[in-house]
Amino acid sequence: MTRETVVNAALTLGLLIVPMWALMADEPFIITLATRVAILALAGVGLNIALGLGGLVSLGHAAFFGLGGYAMGILASHAQSYTPLITWPVGIEGTTSMPLIWLVAVLAAGLGALVIGALSLRTSGVYFIMITLAFGQMLYYFAISWPAYGGEDGLSIYLRNGFPGLNTLVPIQFLALCYGLLAIALILSARLAASPFGLALNAARQSAARVQAVGLSPYRLRLVAFVISGMITGLAGALFADLNRFVSPTMFSWQTSGEIMVFVILGGVGRLFGPVAGAAVFIILEHVLGGISDYWHIYLGALLLLIVLFARGGLIGLLAGKAAHHG
Amino acid sequence: MSPILLIEQVLNGLQFGMMLFLMSAGLTLVFGVMGLINLAHGSLFMIGAFAAAAVAAATGSFLLALVASLAAAAAAGALVEVLVIRRLYARDHLDQVLATFALILIFSEGTRWVFGSFPLFLNIPPYLSGPVTLPGGIEYPLYRLTLIAVGGLVALGLYLLITRTRLGIRIRAGESDREMIAALGVDIQRLYTLVFALGAALAGLAGALVGAIQSVQVGMGEPVLILAFVVIVIGGIGSVKGALVGALLVGVTDTLGRALLPGFFGLFMEPSAAMSMGSSLASMLIYILMAVVLIAKPSGLYGATV
Repeated sequence: MTRETVVNAALTLGLLIVPMWALMADEPFIITLATRVAILALAGVGLNIALGLGGLVSLGHAAFFGLGGYAMGILASHAQSYTPLITWPVGIEGTTSMPLIWLVAVLAAGLGALVIGALSLRTSGVYFIMITLAFGQMLYYFAISWPAYGGEDGLSIYLRNGFPGLNTLVPIQFLALCYGLLAIALILSARLAASPFGLALNAARQSAARVQAVGLSPYRLRLVAFVISGMITGLAGALFADLNRFVSPTMFSWQTSGEIMVFVILGGVGRLFGPVAGAAVFIILEHVLGGISDYWHIYLGALLLLIVLFARGGLIGLLAGKAAHHG
Repeated sequence: MSPILLIEQVLNGLQFGMMLFLMSAGLTLVFGVMGLINLAHGSLFMIGAFAAAAVAAATGSFLLALVASLAAAAAAGALVEVLVIRRLYARDHLDQVLATFALILIFSEGTRWVFGSFPLFLNIPPYLSGPVTLPGGIEYPLYRLTLIAVGGLVALGLYLLITRTRLGIRIRAGESDREMIAALGVDIQRLYTLVFALGAALAGLAGALVGAIQSVQVGMGEPVLILAFVVIVIGGIGSVKGALVGALLVGVTDTLGRALLPGFFGLFMEPSAAMSMGSSLASMLIYILMAVVLIAKPSGLYGATV
């Protein structure tokens, strides 16, 4: 068993023990915090596929997070007001069923990632960073200026959407759902990294020319990775919207992209549990430092700087030593 | 829309473009010479605006305020370069993005801590306020016209600096081969600090000049930063000429889009739908422009081919 496996196991254990303790001690707020960690970690797991495996520095993942969130917001708001989504050519009603919403969110984010990725992946390096950032902003301004779904004010959903057999308004049950999805995404991400596709993608990150020479298209590999990555982040967006029962253009903002990236890098780029560790530490810091000072972003910024400058493998790298395959 | 209004909007677009140029010039120089992507450039814009507002409030002089904005932003830039940025040149872009994102957090919260959350105001000085009459009978605010002129002068100055001076030769040499010029005895660290401070000063100047039209507040830098990214992606990263062309293109496109699109959709749609359709499309227009440029030329209009 490597040290990284031990760290991962400890993280998993911690994620399970804290809510159980909170349930026993009757601290629903802690359960909500754990839910936030799970959802934001899920968004990070999505980004990590593009960033860690594919080496694609996307500063526009808020686009997919927001698309997922708005998929939920739009469907649920139509169900809430009993107005059909579209009437022509076929009548489509809104819905409050989570599985259906997730499906739509994943498809919407995937489609968005396909379009954005197809255009952005024509460039590389710093151009790619900036163009993904710009696409994220484009959707942000679109969400602000499109009045049909709340515009700048966002969209409130009064009741959390339902999942067959569960009462999602009970915090621990919603948390269980989010944990389940995070676990599935982690397993998927681990399987993906070990699959022929993941290996080829990894190779394309290290040397695109050699991958091309053996007859694989780096562009296609990256595009597929980008779409999968966007889909997972989109799912996280739908859950995040359901957690807050509120969708707003902030989900599309570039600070959101930056934060998702912070989770990944704080935890360790390319590490399976990196986003989980990153999101957990971020939320704990937000909670603890936010209680001490209104200006806690200063401390967060200083901490980030120190990690970038002096602890390059992120938290997992710090705990588990150098094993990261990210170069 | 009448021709006079149209010309006014074009001038507005030029003015906006010139301010974007001041922001983009520094970004593109820093990227071209040091290979660094600096998200904290927007914070330098903000620092310039705050320094100007504070000095103007204390002394009442707009010129002193401008000097303060240049000095404060250049000093902040040099400080950050020596303390943090210097360690990032050899790193990959991911580390640079994250570290400069961290700098934004520090700068923004730090400014909020010092100046509070309420916006400050910077007034246009009396000798620059009021309209002037242009040939053709167009009334246009003198201050905005001055901004266009300042932008033009800075562009000319940068052109002369880069093509005609020893510093310019070093900057160009640094862009093409940093090891070689270091081997020739140029103090490359000092050159980098200088270039970074120069870019910072331009951003600070832009902040102060724009601060007199808008309010001066925390977070004012980031929207401009993203527009500056769009500009240098369109113009080609590393090219100052590209930054100028890109900035004017983005400025005019954005301004005309916002002015004309709602009316255009109004020709064949009902007014409220045309309004919302037009304004949403107008806010996305420059990003669409950028996508089109990148599809045609993946490294921008004047960028080196990658």
